[in-house]
Amino acid sequence: MAMEMRLPVARKPLSESLGRETKKHLVVPGDTITTDTGFMRGHGTYMGEEKLIASVAGSVERVNKLVCVKALKTRYNGEVGDIVVGRITERRRSAEDELAMRGFLQEGDLISAEVQAVFSDGAVSLHTRSLKYGKLGQGVLVRVSPSLVKRQKTHFHDLPCGASVILGNNGFVWIYPTPEHKEEDAGGFIANLEPVSLADREVISRLRNCIVSLATQRMMLYDTSILYCYEASLPHQIKDILKPEIMEEIVMETRQRLLEQEG
Amino acid sequence: MAGLELLSDQGYRVDGRRAGELRKIQARMGVFAQADGSAYIEQGNTKALAVVYGPHEIRGSRARALPDRALVNCQYSSATFSTGERKRRPHGDRKSCEMGLQLRQTFEAAVLTQLHPRSQIDIYVQVLQADGGTYAACVNAATLAVLDAGIPMRDFVCACSAGFVDGTALADLSHVEEAAGGPQLALALLPSSGQIALLEMDARLHEDQLEQVLEAAAQAARDVHTLLDRVVRQHVQEASILLGD
Repeated sequence: MAMEMRLPVARKPLSESLGRETKKHLVVPGDTITTDTGFMRGHGTYMGEEKLIASVAGSVERVNKLVCVKALKTRYNGEVGDIVVGRITERRRSAEDELAMRGFLQEGDLISAEVQAVFSDGAVSLHTRSLKYGKLGQGVLVRVSPSLVKRQKTHFHDLPCGASVILGNNGFVWIYPTPEHKEEDAGGFIANLEPVSLADREVISRLRNCIVSLATQRMMLYDTSILYCYEASLPHQIKDILKPEIMEEIVMETRQRLLEQEG
Repeated sequence: MAGLELLSDQGYRVDGRRAGELRKIQARMGVFAQADGSAYIEQGNTKALAVVYGPHEIRGSRARALPDRALVNCQYSSATFSTGERKRRPHGDRKSCEMGLQLRQTFEAAVLTQLHPRSQIDIYVQVLQADGGTYAACVNAATLAVLDAGIPMRDFVCACSAGFVDGTALADLSHVEEAAGGPQLALALLPSSGQIALLEMDARLHEDQLEQVLEAAAQAARDVHTLLDRVVRQHVQEASILLGD
């Protein structure tokens, strides 16, 4: 078995190589954001002695009269309409629930669902009332920070490279082989256990490594960034993508392409 | 060791510092990817690591859940190799339990627990090398870790120890100065408002001198705040550049 070892090397801050300055207003807890009382306070702020004070470390976002501070890294906070991917850990044990759901979803199943409602204590209520949600079959799960998943109109993407991806707002990303035909009658509850071809598996592994590298370099995840990263990684072997220098190179190229596309 | 001068005539301490001078502080946030928040701090030779998980569902008995705020659970552990002589029990002994309770008291004052009812926030601190001022290093590391996790806090919590020798208040005591047996005080402060989160002293000190020692500790804590503030800002700036606009 081939093993690779490397000695520790002093890290260079990643932002140096980018050479940019940020235009955002950065705050730390205890900083006064504004003394103007006309603003409504959002997440990450609190009111203290007629001043609006930050309670997390991050960047200030102002939307009309609403001021909030977006923290760098947070635990997922559910919002209505979000898509989430998760594993069932516990079931409500009531009689009607037993009759209805046990046949479809068991404990330990991985599912995709949409947030229906958020309770006042932060708990969320999920539903799978559409054919696109339901049990997830064969594929790969990648866990990233929820703050890296970009909010878009749709979180279900069929990538042209030959696999599909679900970007859960809670940071769980599911990569799976694109189903050949959409089974309208079964919905999302019958697992497809047919063997996946080697070519598809390679595409999925490569995508998984690309997503991990994007997350390590703290880039936002959305269909375009994942696709560009995949294309930039093609000259390298799948297992080499996770090596630090190759990871940097691939992500740098992705950044470049994204900037060109915007500008 | 008779004859060891904690404060020389010219005003220098055992390690060459002045009375109100802090030891060199180096800190880093986000050292572990698996935890929600983590930080590492070195204050002179004292090294502490803090890890934060949360807010998450209450583990164990649901009955402990508070309906209107989050439960803060702190655990202090000092490595067996952290002191001059190998420690037998890294955690679970009296001192560790007491430290855990003190840390909990400190952070319950600073974390905005009302925003997360019925959940639990775990703060685990590990001391890797103890050279005096372990409570202060733990609090400072835990503050950075809580910030790294994105848990809302009222303000930073900055802590420092202080002592009193020969009519002068000394800030940030090292192990040698603590072992000398004089009065010593640990102070945890919320710098922007000047509020005290925790003040701990178990020695005999004349009340006339208390003001002086307290002021030295408060000034040292404010100095620590300046440093930690810089570390956090740099970290946020770097991450912000990476994320893009």
